[in-house]
Amino acid sequence: MINYLLRLLGSVILVSWIVGTMVFFLIHLVPGDPVAVMLGDWASPADEQALREQLGLHQPIMTQYWQYLTGLLKFDLGSSLFFQQPVSELIAERFPMTLQLAVMALLVAVLISFPLGIWAALRAGKWPDHLSMTVSLIGVSIPNFWLGPMLILLFSLTLAWLPVSGAEQPFSWVLPAITLGTALAAILARMLRASLLEVLHEDFIRTAQAKGLPPTVVYGKHALLNALLPVVTILGLQLGTLLGGAVITEVVFDWPGLGQLLVESIQRRDYPVVQGCILIISIAYITINGLTELVYAWIDPRIRVQS
Amino acid sequence: MIRIFSFSVVGLWVLLALFGFMIGESANQVSLESFLAGPNANYLFGTDELGRSVLQRVVLGAQTSLFVALGVVFFSFLIGTSIGVISGYLGGWTDRIITKIIDVFLAFPGLLLAIALAAVLGPGIENVVLALVTVGWVGYARLARAQTLSIRHREHILAARALAVPMPVTLYKHVLPLILAPLGVEATFGVAGAVISEAGLSFLGLGVQPPDASWGNMIKEGTRYLLVAPHLVLAPGIALMLVVLAVNLLGDQWRDYLDVKTRNTKDN
Repeated sequence: MINYLLRLLGSVILVSWIVGTMVFFLIHLVPGDPVAVMLGDWASPADEQALREQLGLHQPIMTQYWQYLTGLLKFDLGSSLFFQQPVSELIAERFPMTLQLAVMALLVAVLISFPLGIWAALRAGKWPDHLSMTVSLIGVSIPNFWLGPMLILLFSLTLAWLPVSGAEQPFSWVLPAITLGTALAAILARMLRASLLEVLHEDFIRTAQAKGLPPTVVYGKHALLNALLPVVTILGLQLGTLLGGAVITEVVFDWPGLGQLLVESIQRRDYPVVQGCILIISIAYITINGLTELVYAWIDPRIRVQS
Repeated sequence: MIRIFSFSVVGLWVLLALFGFMIGESANQVSLESFLAGPNANYLFGTDELGRSVLQRVVLGAQTSLFVALGVVFFSFLIGTSIGVISGYLGGWTDRIITKIIDVFLAFPGLLLAIALAAVLGPGIENVVLALVTVGWVGYARLARAQTLSIRHREHILAARALAVPMPVTLYKHVLPLILAPLGVEATFGVAGAVISEAGLSFLGLGVQPPDASWGNMIKEGTRYLLVAPHLVLAPGIALMLVVLAVNLLGDQWRDYLDVKTRNTKDN
């Protein structure tokens, strides 16, 4: 188990370093001179030189890279050109909001997908199965930047039940969470159905039924618990994906999270903030995936033994 | 029934995209006397805030999405499959290095990487294709590698090797035809993914720029008039959803067809 842990930790650190390196070189992909792009056409050469020095772009590239990496270890991500504030502070303010949205969306997804997936599996081949699978296919096909405005139109503008945007009011998280969680709910429902159908054909289910156990125990205890294994993995992996997907949802609902900060900073050409946001979301994604693998190995001993 | 629906929607999508060439610049014609009009006899889908026909812009959006989807899937397929087949066929160090590169790309949230690339490369349809190909090739590479690994010890491939057939010929003539079907299914889902991603990037202002039409930027512009003119968001959104749904259904059916187990159950 210790070997497994060390290997997992090593892999998380390695991938984070590679991602960090990619993010560092991102600014050098800007066509032409990044400083001229950031300041626009009307900047004086003196302003351009000052910004170049502030960002350290006047130094040799390897020196810049070294300073960037040592800065990262101290959580120094540079300063925002727009806010005139350290990027790490901006991210620390916004990240909890994105995490809150992702967790709420995950909750919504579980609440929708579990009944749908179980219902479909228990009535496989009949109309409830077709209905719930059609619903879930539609769920996968609705883009969140369209679903969001539609929910606003119905629940905020027409029925006036929920706030349109922002995060200040008590139930402002509901619509963003549904918007972000719908696609995941659809994926989970399909996954749970497939997994349950597989388990329901296992011998131990037949044994449980032959013993005369009530259906609630057979399905609830024996079938569902075993069918949950692959679903748990997907859940963990998808939490990471939700952090990435939150970018669009945050823009739709004006949710003050990291995604909104990222898109606004792209529009302002505030590249240090863009780099910081991408780096932090990616590292969060990699870490969550690593933790999911760990949880999975803990639940399923076969993985530990194999490694 | 499902097959008819999916083929009709995809067929209509392609037709609309071709029809877009006939509309050309007239879709960008501003006519302020008829701004934000609801659907009527003259304008079937109504008009937008500049009085432009929403129907014409939906047609142009179909063209944009089809162009991006075909471009992204073609290049991702070409690059990913080539890398995956070579990796699986050669094995050894080449395979190990390529697998590590694939792992790194998979460890990155795809949409975020596309956003980052589109942000630094600047807006524009070519940059959207470039950003989505950079993210999209990985899926094909992983699948092509796995498929190649499973067939590379087949007799006909060993025979080709023994006859000193050059490697590119072996890969193209003897390996590729056997692994093409699952890659085709992946490509179908890739079309749906590319359509949503293009619209998403354009929604964020990182893709196709106004006055050029994309379903994504139409939805973005329409959200400002949600209460007074919901048709601005409804029309491109429904078009987008139908296309993605139809393409996903096609992919599902093709996958089921290739899966012998499912086919047998259905036949019985």
